[in-house]
Amino acid sequence: MADKNQKIIDQAIDQEYKYGFTTDIEQTKFKPGLDEEVIKKLSKLKKEPKWLLDWRLKAFKRWKKMEEPTWAQVKYDPIDYQALSYYAAPKKKVNESLDDVDPEILETYNKLGISLNEQKRLEGVAVDAVFDSVSIGTTFKEELAKHGVIFCSFSEAVVNHPELIKKYLGTVIPASDNYFAALNSAVFSDGSFVYIPKGVKCPLELSTYFRINASNTGQFERTLIIADEGSYVSYLEGCTAPMRDENQLHAACVELVAHKDATIKYSTIQNWFAGDKDGNGGIYNFVTKRGRCQGDNSKISWTQVETGSAVTWKYPSVIMQGDNSVGEFYSVAVTKNKQQADTGTKMIHIGKNTKSTIITKGISAGEGQNTYRGAVKILKDAENAQNFSQCDSILIGDKCGAHTFPYIDVKNPTAKMEHEATTSSIGEDQLFYCNQRGIKLDDAVSMIVNGFCKEVFEELPMEFAVEAKQLIEVTLENSVG
Amino acid sequence: MIKIKDLMASIEDKQILNGINLNINPGEVHVIMGRNGSGKSTLANVIAGNEAYEVEKGSILMNNENITEMSIENRALNGIFLCFQYPVAIPGVSMAYFLRSALNAHLEHQGKEEIDALEFLKNSKKILNELGLDDSFLKRAINDGFSGGEKKKSEILQLLSINPKLAVLDETDSGLDVDALRTVAKGVNKFKNKNNAVLIITHYQRLLNYIKPDIVHLMIDGKIVKTGDMSLVEKVENDGYSWLEK
Repeated sequence: MADKNQKIIDQAIDQEYKYGFTTDIEQTKFKPGLDEEVIKKLSKLKKEPKWLLDWRLKAFKRWKKMEEPTWAQVKYDPIDYQALSYYAAPKKKVNESLDDVDPEILETYNKLGISLNEQKRLEGVAVDAVFDSVSIGTTFKEELAKHGVIFCSFSEAVVNHPELIKKYLGTVIPASDNYFAALNSAVFSDGSFVYIPKGVKCPLELSTYFRINASNTGQFERTLIIADEGSYVSYLEGCTAPMRDENQLHAACVELVAHKDATIKYSTIQNWFAGDKDGNGGIYNFVTKRGRCQGDNSKISWTQVETGSAVTWKYPSVIMQGDNSVGEFYSVAVTKNKQQADTGTKMIHIGKNTKSTIITKGISAGEGQNTYRGAVKILKDAENAQNFSQCDSILIGDKCGAHTFPYIDVKNPTAKMEHEATTSSIGEDQLFYCNQRGIKLDDAVSMIVNGFCKEVFEELPMEFAVEAKQLIEVTLENSVG
Repeated sequence: MIKIKDLMASIEDKQILNGINLNINPGEVHVIMGRNGSGKSTLANVIAGNEAYEVEKGSILMNNENITEMSIENRALNGIFLCFQYPVAIPGVSMAYFLRSALNAHLEHQGKEEIDALEFLKNSKKILNELGLDDSFLKRAINDGFSGGEKKKSEILQLLSINPKLAVLDETDSGLDVDALRTVAKGVNKFKNKNNAVLIITHYQRLLNYIKPDIVHLMIDGKIVKTGDMSLVEKVENDGYSWLEK
């Protein structure tokens, strides 16, 4: 039995990564290296105001004095930041209209199953497509504009809505927040910007699709979402990258601000290239995501399905500042082969009657290492704060690992905290039971794993829940014997 | 239907079955009784192909096909159904999803089309009704938080839906109150016909008050030491097993 398990686990490792192709296009790319000149050049190229350049340069100064964090349960070779290029963009001029986009790039997105053609659009979803360092187009802008919703690339927002950018940029994740956030603040190239006006329920799901294509290039996007009073938005990001032998750095920042009575639902399906079976190549995904429930009765909900990346370092967090505000974090993280994930959340309770929920599902197969790291902080004035945390891990095979590091810091005695954690193997008895009913091994594994992830999948928008399920099935095919 | 010849099996190098011979024909109900640790449940598991057990010698033939080396799911698809003594929970997987997947696996194996959702629901509700279970049972995660009685009824629901050739009931009567026992027995009686067969593994007579066996086997130390009719059951109820030991 053990030998058979091993054999089938080994087979799983030869799994093809479906999105590993590259797009052959002419591109403008900076020479590798990072200094103030590179940042100035980038800022100029983007026609940025002086205050933004200054903000970048200040972040760069801070970054140079900072040290790369080592506390995460991940191991990787040192990154040579001078060997990376900090800007790569398709040469063909990107214009207002999607009609002007290089057909090669449209074809790339078609292959990824993302149609930028509005006629063939995904039902009820507006897409911003980010290709390497630039946004190449956003669909449904006009329809959204009718409702006063702004959904555009970050660069465009800097030009067209500088007052909003200036007001909010760096207010949730300060430029000096951490090593990777500081780097991002210095060199971020593009990303998405969303503003939902007062009282508007955004009529479409908004989504950004990130594609890393160029080699030896870091992707540093920045997303900023503002939900004004009483508004609602559901936003989804998807990510893929070609298979390359070298590791590629992705250091993004996502800032969310929810005003009084507003709700932001942010979902991620992360499927970056994870490296090959020997752990060569793959994306280093070092991402800072944080939301602030600024007004009373506001809500921010993070849902993530993490299946890709060689190394993941990511802790989507919520600061519950307004009274009665709500923070949620739902996560499924899958690691196989030599993938490593250190992911979790921070829930910071400041306002009264604030409530947070954390539900995480870690799945480890092959030699994957999966770590949950979460902090719940109840500050002094957070009367009647409540947190519920549930962290479950499942192990497939005997070479993988699951680790849980919950940190709890309570400064107000009225707080209610609940924490549950389980680790289990996919039981031989569960597999036997399914097999005995005629259900094949692969189907049994995906059934058991999907059941295990159910609470999180239920949080995803409908179309993406199906995608997430399939992704998990493909990822775990043949991982048990 | 099933012919077991000289079967020897072990778990973790511990010999459990010491040469089992058993022949069950279509239309028959067999009972195997024996003390704890005599190897009854091992036999049930080995018939189903549980890979935790090692078959060292002998063979199992199902409709003249040697299935001794066959995978668990192929045995199942060929008509072997095990009513588990301790059915395992699979959190988050609904009874409906599980049962429909199982049914469709069988239908696919038989070269038939998948069952459509409405028909599935209709058939399942009918069986649920007979077992005194609410329709909402289908929405619950399989065996997750089920009571002892619900677990066994769930097994019978699956038995009646899948409708296999051979049903092996591994101590299906354990942990049931009288009402649940009757319901389970009613389900088994509904299942059996002249084309299929039932193998009941039990300690006690009580299930046999409701399901009449044709042939009774007594098992000691991994061997069938006595085969007879219903009178053997009464003898065991009165005298235990020690009279069988030399």
